[in-house]
Amino acid sequence: MSNVLILVDHASGNISKTAGELAAFGKRIGGVTALVLAEPGSGAVIADQLKTFEIEKILIAESAEFAIHGIPAIADAVASVLASHSPKALLISTSARGKEIAARVAVKSNSGLITDAIDLSENLIATQSIFGGSFNVHSHVKTGTPIITIRPSAIDFTATSSNPTIENVTVEISDVAKLVSINNMQPAVKGGRPELTEAKIVVSGGRGTNGDFSRVESFADSLGAAVGASRAATDAGWYPHTHQVGQTGKTVSPQLYVACGISGAIQHRAGMQTSKTIIAVNKDPEAPIFDLADLGIVGDLFAVLPQAEAAINAKKHG
Amino acid sequence: MKIAVCVKQVPDSWAEKKMINGLLDRAGVDAVLNDLDEYAIEEALRIVEPLNEGSETPTHTITLISMGPDRATEAIRKGLSMGAHDATLISDSALAGSDALATSKVLAETIKSGGYDLVFCGTESTDARMSVIPAMLAERLGWAQLTFAGVVKVDVSGNKVEIDRMTDAGVESMSANLPAVISVIEKINEPRYPSFKGIMASKKKTINTKSLSDVGVSASEVGLATAWSVVDDAAARPPREKGEKVEDAGNGGDKLAEFILEKRIV
Ligand SMILES: Cc1cc2nc3c(=O)[nH]c(=O)nc-3n(C[C@H](O)[C@H](O)[C@H](O)COP(=O)(O)OP(=O)(O)OC[C@H]3O[C@@H](n4cnc5c(N)ncnc54)[C@H](O)[C@@H]3O)c2cc1C
Ligand SMILES: Cc1cc2nc3c(=O)[nH]c(=O)nc-3n(C[C@H](O)[C@H](O)[C@H](O)COP(=O)(O)OP(=O)(O)OC[C@H]3O[C@@H](n4cnc5c(N)ncnc54)[C@H](O)[C@@H]3O)c2cc1C
Repeated sequence: MSNVLILVDHASGNISKTAGELAAFGKRIGGVTALVLAEPGSGAVIADQLKTFEIEKILIAESAEFAIHGIPAIADAVASVLASHSPKALLISTSARGKEIAARVAVKSNSGLITDAIDLSENLIATQSIFGGSFNVHSHVKTGTPIITIRPSAIDFTATSSNPTIENVTVEISDVAKLVSINNMQPAVKGGRPELTEAKIVVSGGRGTNGDFSRVESFADSLGAAVGASRAATDAGWYPHTHQVGQTGKTVSPQLYVACGISGAIQHRAGMQTSKTIIAVNKDPEAPIFDLADLGIVGDLFAVLPQAEAAINAKKHG
Repeated sequence: MKIAVCVKQVPDSWAEKKMINGLLDRAGVDAVLNDLDEYAIEEALRIVEPLNEGSETPTHTITLISMGPDRATEAIRKGLSMGAHDATLISDSALAGSDALATSKVLAETIKSGGYDLVFCGTESTDARMSVIPAMLAERLGWAQLTFAGVVKVDVSGNKVEIDRMTDAGVESMSANLPAVISVIEKINEPRYPSFKGIMASKKKTINTKSLSDVGVSASEVGLATAWSVVDDAAARPPREKGEKVEDAGNGGDKLAEFILEKRIV
């Protein structure tokens, strides 16, 4: 029976929404087997949350070494399951950690790797969006087990329910995987807003905010959106660098991107031009951002955003 | 202390790019040293400079290692003018179109014979942006992987290194014994501009150009013909169509809200 292995991303006992996305892509290719790597005693709680996706089987491997040694230990476990279960493909979600796990497993299993796919067909042809979204590339793996990392939010899926079989597996962690010790982990503080790269809507502010992001933030909140920023805004210290959108920041492809007081430099576009719909608010009618906007409002963001926010809120409550 | 810094020549990020048969047309665009690799060189310099203080000929050295076309020497020169001591360029027509598995194999084989204590890399290249080569190198070499470093502290006498790994997930403090592969993020330092003296000195520095067989890899193991992954096709994304542009005449915000509500995104 053909099966696809997906690596489940989780933190503090909660699965990431990317698990459902990987399952949805996996289903196109074959029956989905989900691999849960967890601290001793915590696998079952994570496995339980996977029952809202179409998954046939859940493999749980528990080890204290995952938290102590990180990526190399995780890669050891994934590679051993890959060897024992011979799936048609291994899917991992794109993140710093996901790509590095994939990289090590690719070397261990002598398999080809494709990173940051935005789509994956049933015959394992991956689509990548490269050079800041200016090109689309189709590629496939021809050696070993295709290992593909997939960009978060690349697929919309509906939750269902399934009744997967659960199997505990033991994994061997090699000495080389224990060379590094993680002595302390400080998780990033998550605000109340959605994760920038995973959000359905992103509202970004630039130099035009003149350092005052309050309008951008409250408009974002009215839409349940994440907040982004141009480099001019992050370099000025107006907004954290982790929120920078663009070539040297995050790449986002939300359903809606609203650029406020952002001119639309090529390096900024590189991070947002694959967004489904783009709206720009800018005082300067000649601003290049208008060239890619589906709707452009030539005006002062300090007047436009509060009015738009009030209209959205009125609709929501009315 | 012997340090290797892996540097990649990439197309200028300002340049318009073209694809030919699924491969980036590297000949047709200006090429530069990958941004993040300058941070890697800077960090390596900050480790060896105090150690070399006062000695005529430096005993603690930095070697740049690059896999790329012959013209990658331009990017390598920049690294040498910042202060790296010498360089190795692996250039071979069989390497055109190599994927990440091939690239990491060639780099790892080159590093193995060099007797290095540390290998520095950038976290990602500006062209392919995979962020996988450093992890692949650590795996192939069997060395400690200390990647996405925002802070690096090397304890030379203790043969140890500590880093802060900084990613979206948070900050992890990690440590390992040497040898190790370290990749750096741009927060780590402010790379120096090459001085006039540095530029002049770089002209006398050696760039050893090696072929695949020189580093002990056979052409049948790497390159486009045997790649682990292949590109089927590549096409420019059609330009976005320009939408509607309206002047705010006091109701711009209402128009904006109306547009969003009509699209039913909220
Ligand atoms: C190697 C490199 C990498 C880079 N990476 C990135 C990156 O990742 N992300 C990024 O964003 N940039 C990046 N940049 C910088 C980029 O080139 C631009 O400088 C930057 O995007 C400009 O930010 P901005 O649009 O906010 O500012 P500006 O270009 O100054 O634009 C401000 C805009 O705000 C408008 N405005 C002013 N006041 C108001 C108001 N009250 N209401 C409405 N509109 C107003 C103005 O008309 C103007 O169009 C990079 C540059 C380099 C060289
Ligand atoms: C648009 C595009 C998409 C691609 N997609 C894939 C893919 O999905 N799968 C695949 O296997 N290959 C892919 N490739 C090929 C791959 O980019 C090359 O093999 C490349 O050398 C390694 O990837 P990277 O540049 O992203 O390295 P990264 O892992 O992002 O680079 C990190 C660091 O490694 C070092 N480094 C990287 N390359 C070199 C080098 N040549 N010489 C010296 N040091 C180096 C540098 O220090 C660099 O800062 C792609 C290439 C392009 C242009």
